Amino acid sequence: MNRRLPTLFLGIALLALAATLVPPGQHRGFDLQTWGNLPVLADGRVKPLDTVARNSLLLLQNRQKVVTPAGIVLPPHGWLLDLLFQPAVADTYQILRIDHADVLSLFNLTSADGAGGVRFAFTQLRAGLPEIDRQAQLAADVEAPLRSLFQQAVIQLHQHLMLYDRLKFTLQAPDQPGFPAMLADAQALKTARTVFEAMDSFSLIRTVPPGADTKEWRTTGGALVAAANGTPIDPTVLTHEAMGRAWIAGDAANFNTLAQTTAARLTAQLPALTRKSTIEAWFNRAAPFYSSQLLYVVAFLCAIFSWLRWSDVLGRTAFYLMALAFALTTVGILVRMWLESRPPVTNLYSSALFVGWGAVGLCLILERLDRHAVAGAAGALIGFGTLVIAHHLSLSGDTLEMMRAVLDSNFWLATHVVTVTVGYSATFLAGFLATIYLVRGVFTRTLDRPTADGLARMVYGIVCFALFFSFIGTVLGGIWADQSWGRFWGWDPKENGALMIVIWNAVILHARWGGLIRQRGLMALSIFGNIVTAWSWFGTNMLGVGLHSYGFTNSAFLGLVSFVASQALLIALAAVPATRWRSRVEAV
Amino acid sequence: MLPPFFKSLVDSLASIRLTVALLVLSLLMVFAATLDQVYLGVWGVQEKYFHSFIIYHVIPGTGIAVPVFPGGYLLGGILLANLLAAHFTRFRLKWKNCGIWLTHIGLILLLIGEGLSGLLQKDSHLRIDVGQTKRYAESFRDNELAVIDVTDPKFDEVVAVPLELVRERTVIQHPKLPFVLRATTYFPNATIRVRSTPVKSPDNPVTLGVGTDVAVQPVPVTNKPKETNWPTAFIEIKDADAAVGTIMVSTLLESPQTFTHRGRTWQLALRAKRTYFPVAITLLKFTHEVYPGTQLPKDFASTIRLQSDDGHDDRQVRIFMNSPLRYAGLAIYQAGFENNDNTSILQVVRNPSWTLPYIACGIMTLGLAIQFLIHLLGYVRRRPLAAGRTAPA
Repeated sequence: MNRRLPTLFLGIALLALAATLVPPGQHRGFDLQTWGNLPVLADGRVKPLDTVARNSLLLLQNRQKVVTPAGIVLPPHGWLLDLLFQPAVADTYQILRIDHADVLSLFNLTSADGAGGVRFAFTQLRAGLPEIDRQAQLAADVEAPLRSLFQQAVIQLHQHLMLYDRLKFTLQAPDQPGFPAMLADAQALKTARTVFEAMDSFSLIRTVPPGADTKEWRTTGGALVAAANGTPIDPTVLTHEAMGRAWIAGDAANFNTLAQTTAARLTAQLPALTRKSTIEAWFNRAAPFYSSQLLYVVAFLCAIFSWLRWSDVLGRTAFYLMALAFALTTVGILVRMWLESRPPVTNLYSSALFVGWGAVGLCLILERLDRHAVAGAAGALIGFGTLVIAHHLSLSGDTLEMMRAVLDSNFWLATHVVTVTVGYSATFLAGFLATIYLVRGVFTRTLDRPTADGLARMVYGIVCFALFFSFIGTVLGGIWADQSWGRFWGWDPKENGALMIVIWNAVILHARWGGLIRQRGLMALSIFGNIVTAWSWFGTNMLGVGLHSYGFTNSAFLGLVSFVASQALLIALAAVPATRWRSRVEAV
Repeated sequence: MLPPFFKSLVDSLASIRLTVALLVLSLLMVFAATLDQVYLGVWGVQEKYFHSFIIYHVIPGTGIAVPVFPGGYLLGGILLANLLAAHFTRFRLKWKNCGIWLTHIGLILLLIGEGLSGLLQKDSHLRIDVGQTKRYAESFRDNELAVIDVTDPKFDEVVAVPLELVRERTVIQHPKLPFVLRATTYFPNATIRVRSTPVKSPDNPVTLGVGTDVAVQPVPVTNKPKETNWPTAFIEIKDADAAVGTIMVSTLLESPQTFTHRGRTWQLALRAKRTYFPVAITLLKFTHEVYPGTQLPKDFASTIRLQSDDGHDDRQVRIFMNSPLRYAGLAIYQAGFENNDNTSILQVVRNPSWTLPYIACGIMTLGLAIQFLIHLLGYVRRRPLAAGRTAPA
């Protein structure tokens, strides 16, 4: 029986995963899914309305869930439909996140006024809007790296409010109750021209696909200005407007018919883009990285308990679950690559996914070679950690963003960025394996001689691997820089960071070859590699200088500091005399 | 046989402990330099840390510079010596070691290459308007004093004086100049204000040009990435000990200062140092594309016409991101744009040693690959000894 248990657990996990692929039920009879699949152009790329709804919510409130004042849970699409067609209602939903107490006091609010202490409704903020405009002006004059936390918070809230406000101009004009009547006939169109022009200039989203008369995507406002000039109104504008009326009236049958006809028309018009958009919406719903995160947690727990009890069943379960999570992230990364037509790493978010993927991949190989569930535990921990980091990075906007001109080179993204990222993965893996060695050795009796030696060999091998990949990645970066900026090496912070990883791995290997360190020293130095890598990956982006600082993140600083502190504590563990260790691994 | 003292010196120079110490020191230096970049900018950091033998730190408030750390040249130099010494004493040339040998040879080349780049690489920029033709690029940081004879409308005769002579207030003589020049005052960075009342003040010695009516104020030298230094000088012109006049020159002034002497018209300007090419470059078109509905740049490109002085080249070239033009030892890159997309900024790099890093890295990659493959095979072969689980499978 015991032999079949791991397979049984794997089967249960697979069933749970299959459940994420099942489409959610309709919301009060509305087929929101078909509506969410409709493609629009935003942030320079074609994406489904589903992505617009989810990303906007993540940006505004760091989560996708919306609860109305009446206590009804709205799906992201439902929220977006309300914002687009009945903004006065949507304005009462508490979905604008404000963390900074001083910013709240600009609105005469306290955290007690917000949902969960941090989320507020537009109606609560309305009176303070002129003041936030003024504060944002003041803060904008300060250079970005020098802004105080308050100034950063003000600028961020101001941007969020702009986004919120401008979304309302996507499909109709807010504060214009007579909007449907404006489309009634040629005369009405002409009269409402200024309204359409305002919509065109405010809307961030282009909803009208290229057609017979234009090659470009247009905003609803832009298409209506054209209509005011005498061309027929684009059918997409009309169906969206009708869907809006059906949504407000609660007429699900009509809404569904309209959504389906619009989807059918767009599929006929733009088959490839609509397909992509539908798959992206499906990908958003299935949320494979979230499922992987859960699988990694379970795999990690199974792996560490396997050192204490039921080592075979738990060890194999950990391995299977980790392999499943790995397969799932692989699919996720592949889908993202297909959607973007890019190599796997294009921004900080995708680097987090890939660092985790690479480390887990290495662990699966190590675990096959040496079945002690050690590599399994390290891999599951890194897999989980990097997905948590990725989740936090996804809160700052579209993760499939377009590439700036400098970075627009699939060849270098595929070679330099991927190899450097594999170097990060390997350096982290060495550090986490070393962590397991020290923690098990100092706090438990489970680190016996063979396990210790096996771990030391693994760490040594991974450090070699890490040196190799980070060196090649750094060199390829130099070649890219020489090709595009005219110097092989510019001592840019990101370059320096990569160089530091190479130097540190070289230090570990030379210290080992020179007999300056043995097993414990190897572990301590490998954990320091985590600090060097974290610095190179995130720390350098926080400096706000250099050609590479496109990945600037401002809230990650605290995370970095606490990570460094935790690693320093682990290094201190290596200094505990061997006689005090609970495991008796003789003088190493 | 080596004398004992010399032998022990070579032995300690060849030691792996020294290697580890040097690598750790390099790591610390790179880290400190990265942090300091926020204040010094990338060029300031290169001068202070990487292209120096000793790093000095000024004690705040005193202006006294004390040596605090070995610089890039020193660390790189000792590392080079360490590597060479190790190979002469410790390493035997065996097949088993060939990975290490290749890696170290590559590293030696890389260190030499970086040293050479630091010494030989010249960066300049070409700021060019649509329709304009230029045959020179301007330095980012270096300036020169240009003395130009503009009497003949067909051509200008230029004498370019290195800034050091101005800075050190040397008497400047040149066969083509019928007068001598000397800077009486030099400020590495200054601001210029127009005086509210055109009254001659005793501290302003300027007698010719716009400098007579302004107040010059020296300001501290800046290294911030977005700020520029504006060197300014008062140049005294003498002809056989008779004073011709004193002229203010500054990179802040947009046009040169003109004066006449013995029937010829001269211009004097402090300007970015120019490097002339053997080609004329004309900017035909500059395009700047963004992603639809955003401000995010998608592509910058300069279409130029290139005409060589020898008449063998006359063609159109498109320079865009990640696609530079290499011509006559120069590499020309799309770097930026300004003036409402009517001016393109191209970066011009001359680095005779640019191929060295490619060769060095190729050799190192091969060396590391060989070395680690040997290790990997060893690991896989030894593995069965340690494998095997305690619990029944």
